[in-house]
Amino acid sequence: MSSRTERAGGFEYFDHDADIGIVGRGHTIEEAFANAARAVFNIPYDLRSVTPERELTVEFDEPDPEFALVEWLNALLAASRIEGVVPAEFEIRRDGSRWIGRAWGTPLRPEIERGTEVKGATLTALSVTQRDGVWEARCVVDV
Amino acid sequence: MQLTSLVRIDDFRWQIPPRGGQRVPVILFGTRKLIEEMDDKVAEQATNVAKLPGIVAASMAMPDAHWGYGFPIGGVAAFDPDEGGIISAGGVGFDISCGVRCLRTDLTIEDVRPRARELADLLFEYVPAGVGEEGNLKLSPRELDEVLAGGARWALERGFGVPEDLEYVEEHGCMAGAVPENVSETAKKRQRGEMGTLGSGNHYCEVQYVERIYRRDAAEAFGLREGQVVVSIHCGSRGLGHQIGTDYLVLLAKAASRLGIVLPDRELACAPVNSAEGKQYIGAMRAGINCALANRQIITHLVRQAFARLFPSARLETLYDVSHNTCKLERHEVDGRTRWLWIHRKGATRSFGPGHPELPERYRAVGQPVIIGGSMGTASHILVGTAEAEQRSFSSASHGAGRTLSRNQAVKQWDGRKLLKELEARGIYVRSKGMRGVAEEAPGAYKDVDEVARATEGARLADRVARLLPVACVKG
Repeated sequence: MSSRTERAGGFEYFDHDADIGIVGRGHTIEEAFANAARAVFNIPYDLRSVTPERELTVEFDEPDPEFALVEWLNALLAASRIEGVVPAEFEIRRDGSRWIGRAWGTPLRPEIERGTEVKGATLTALSVTQRDGVWEARCVVDV
Repeated sequence: MQLTSLVRIDDFRWQIPPRGGQRVPVILFGTRKLIEEMDDKVAEQATNVAKLPGIVAASMAMPDAHWGYGFPIGGVAAFDPDEGGIISAGGVGFDISCGVRCLRTDLTIEDVRPRARELADLLFEYVPAGVGEEGNLKLSPRELDEVLAGGARWALERGFGVPEDLEYVEEHGCMAGAVPENVSETAKKRQRGEMGTLGSGNHYCEVQYVERIYRRDAAEAFGLREGQVVVSIHCGSRGLGHQIGTDYLVLLAKAASRLGIVLPDRELACAPVNSAEGKQYIGAMRAGINCALANRQIITHLVRQAFARLFPSARLETLYDVSHNTCKLERHEVDGRTRWLWIHRKGATRSFGPGHPELPERYRAVGQPVIIGGSMGTASHILVGTAEAEQRSFSSASHGAGRTLSRNQAVKQWDGRKLLKELEARGIYVRSKGMRGVAEEAPGAYKDVDEVARATEGARLADRVARLLPVACVKG
């Protein structure tokens, strides 16, 4: 199963004193993960002007869905920094415990920077749940 | 936080007695006002820390404590490796060895005030700051391994700084026991272009002046006088440290589960110091410390270059370099017995008292400089470690103002551009690339730093020496 990020909505934030809580939602766990990634990259960058020019790929093994969320977000943050690409669209699919993700965006430009760097996703307030047919992936990211 | 849930020890110390799985009590340091303003989550997180194996004496929260992940920010805890004591990545933080390098200058506020705007522009030009901003240094994997083993000493050998700097850096600029091989290739790739950069968030490079002296003897030892200009550089181990944090958080969480450690919350991911995973993290964390020490050494050099453009004969000497996100093996007296303990300080500064052998000779008679950085546009404080801090907090003190409002709340309440104009009207020139980041760091989103410094002194963790006011600031 795979899912492209919803263009509008699908993610939100919750309060945390020093850092920021992120929530991604979707009809599938993959869609919720993609929206969680969008929530993360919407913190340091203004994603409205990002177009899908370059692709990032990440792959990892993780049987636990909650650890998989942290792994997915941190793998994307690392790939984004190493490649100098700001991703705005995300897709992930699962094959057993194997997760294969892709993201699309533009090379980093100063005008899309907001001034807050996300250092990494944490295990704080971490949960991946399904209720009434909606998947929700949430955690606190260190900024 | 409701005071009714706490036992008052004195005006500056509050206790949560052991209960429900706590191995030790929780001690919260702070005035009544600071404790009342503290989020309940601080007590909850400090209580969870008190349940971890091998913890000694107490789980502590400094006067600037606020809600973090794993440990509270401002959290201090000591663990005995011989009693199953653990090491926790959440007890160090993602920004390993984040800290403050303070430089004293031979300039006065009268010299600098008329040229503060130019100075802010020059510092902004010389010191790379902001999300994704890279420096001029591009290091090969082999060179990065040298940084991770050598710390600020590596930077000095590459021509950044003067030999005297290292005498006033913790560990003399090089953390022993670093294992670069324990740091992932991903972490090293992230750091390739990030040496000598500030980063973003609450990191800054600020020009300040001494507005007031509290303790003359310590001020004299630190070379401080009223009206003198100093520079504070607040940053850490950049992408490399962040990646070590992310790499080891899940690894340690899995180790805890495998080794049968019952965690009150998974965010406390940890492993026994003496386990394979614990030792692996320690080697990597120490490499992260060296990365941060080298980073601040390079930025010190860049700051000197920027000052030289306006003030060619100015001298900028390292006053001290303290890290406030670390875990270090230290010798402490507990109940009359000398023990080697792993001291986690997450958002807390070491504050060795007078006579400590690890202090530079110049400061040994008075104690260690403790730097409490303020929020943008507010005061900062230099304090000095006390003898009492050894018994009360394993020689630890506050590190900053501490947030009271979340970043989201701050962004809703303040406008970055408007804030910069207001500060400029007060003679404080701030330069930053991101206005959201400026709004997040609004002074009103933080505790009153003067109250934090007063509480730190009242609790006898450190004595106030000098109050600093800002003139120019590069905000990451």
